[in-house]
Amino acid sequence: MITLSNVSKTYHLTGTKSRLPFAARRRDTPPRTIEALKSVDLHVPQGSIHGVIGLSGAGKSTLIRCVNLLERPSSGSVVVDGQEMTDLSATELNQARHRIGMIFQHFNLLTTRNVFDNVALPLELMGLKRGAIRERVLPLLELTGLADKARQFPAQLSGGQKQRVAIARALASEPRVLLCDEATSALDPQTTGSILTLLREINQKLGLTILLITHEMEVVKSICHRVSLISDGELVEEAEVGDFFTAPRTRLGREFLNDFLQLEPPKALVERLEEEPGEHTHPVVRLAFSGDAVSTPLISRLARECGVDVSILQAKVESIQERTLGLMIAELLGSPEQTCRAIDYLETHDLHVEVLGHVQRDD
Amino acid sequence: MSSAMIDLILQATLDTLYMVAVSGVISALFGVPLGVMLYVTRPRQILARPVLNQVLGMVTNIGRSIPFIILMVAIIPFTRLVVGTSIGTNAAIVPLTLAAIPFVARLVEGALNEIPPGLVEAAQSMGATPHQIITKVLLPEARGGIITGLTITIVTLVSYSAMAGAVGGGGLGDLGIRYGYNRFNPTIMLITVAILVVMVQGFQSLGDTLVRKSDRK
Repeated sequence: MITLSNVSKTYHLTGTKSRLPFAARRRDTPPRTIEALKSVDLHVPQGSIHGVIGLSGAGKSTLIRCVNLLERPSSGSVVVDGQEMTDLSATELNQARHRIGMIFQHFNLLTTRNVFDNVALPLELMGLKRGAIRERVLPLLELTGLADKARQFPAQLSGGQKQRVAIARALASEPRVLLCDEATSALDPQTTGSILTLLREINQKLGLTILLITHEMEVVKSICHRVSLISDGELVEEAEVGDFFTAPRTRLGREFLNDFLQLEPPKALVERLEEEPGEHTHPVVRLAFSGDAVSTPLISRLARECGVDVSILQAKVESIQERTLGLMIAELLGSPEQTCRAIDYLETHDLHVEVLGHVQRDD
Repeated sequence: MSSAMIDLILQATLDTLYMVAVSGVISALFGVPLGVMLYVTRPRQILARPVLNQVLGMVTNIGRSIPFIILMVAIIPFTRLVVGTSIGTNAAIVPLTLAAIPFVARLVEGALNEIPPGLVEAAQSMGATPHQIITKVLLPEARGGIITGLTITIVTLVSYSAMAGAVGGGGLGDLGIRYGYNRFNPTIMLITVAILVVMVQGFQSLGDTLVRKSDRK
């Protein structure tokens, strides 16, 4: 439904250049450029929810704005619903944008229009008649739980309600695609939850394809099917959400995950961690397991079959949509042969094992 | 006070109101579109035309920098061309309007500048044309600010109209100068000032009420 191929966006900072005094301008200083996106490839299939996560300034906003050409890519191709966006004329582009809804972090509702008229705006832009507009707006207010708020103005609404209005407005033109630009970043956790639930409902009921950008793992965890990790204008990792939470492949991915799960080995231990195993060291491992492994008493079996003792430093069970994910940081106590065998054992039972380091034995 | 004097004051009040009303309406008709142009042709705006923007900005600044009293006499040939005479109330309306247009334009531009850029971006994402963005987003959202600007303009026009006497335009300011100041009649002076104060208060309250009604923030 959305395919970005080799999309790059470079900003030339001519503004700063022209502010220089005339003499300085003539010198051959190369114009400053910023590469906001570096040949990004992204494919979002029909009906799926794809998340792009990254830190501030990583290029998330530019990426999502390239989909509906609020930002025109410097190079590359953007295909939405089979249409090459970069080839369209101004009029065609406006037509195409009717099929792409977008919601924003700060809602961007018109303050001088009430809820009904805000939702009606895209339909007015399309030139629909008053009656037809009513027929479309009312069901959307029902869907988003705003039926009793139709005559209120945005200033009278809470943040969550404003985002609901924005969602209803984005859906008014019956788009095939919904772009969410940090849609829950300005909301408290509870409201975030209710907005995400609404987005999931829309995805399921209307079969709408959703591309969202966020810096919150919670958003990815609760509604995304797939996730891409963006860093410094590049997509560095892409995975199914379950896989990403079990075993991110990049360092940045692990940082995001650890930050989200708050699953770090205790500070005192981190200071003692050594990269290479020594003569009297034990490995400290991070275990991630999902599916059957969650309900199997693996730790006690490990102790019996490999003869190692397991000291659990931290553990957590997370539900990632339909999957249950167990996470654990543990110290494996035993001889080097025993601990090696233990790690093999765990891996053969579909656990993801990451050796964080080695600590000296206390005794 | 003689009834002739009262008639004079009444006539002067009507003259002032007439000059302010006509020049106010015409300057709004030209100034609001000019203000919109100044805003939408800025770089990175919906109808970015940097060169046109520079030219418009320069013309506006020139218009705003000429002292009104000089403008009034300097454009006498133009005034004659437009209203057929260079003397009288109608002749005063031409320079008043000309002075007010760039004033309105800058205030409108300022009001538009207060609109969060996200609103325009949202409208663009819905496939709005620049024309639709102006009529359905920019102007309605800036309505409060524009009314505030027009109120300021009207009040400024009341004070500018006091100089209309220079071209025989009449009005309260002219009356105050000729009968109050030149003929040492402090009563007339006070009365004209009092009427002007009431007039300004009236316009300001009217403007404030309209702003309150249009603002939903």
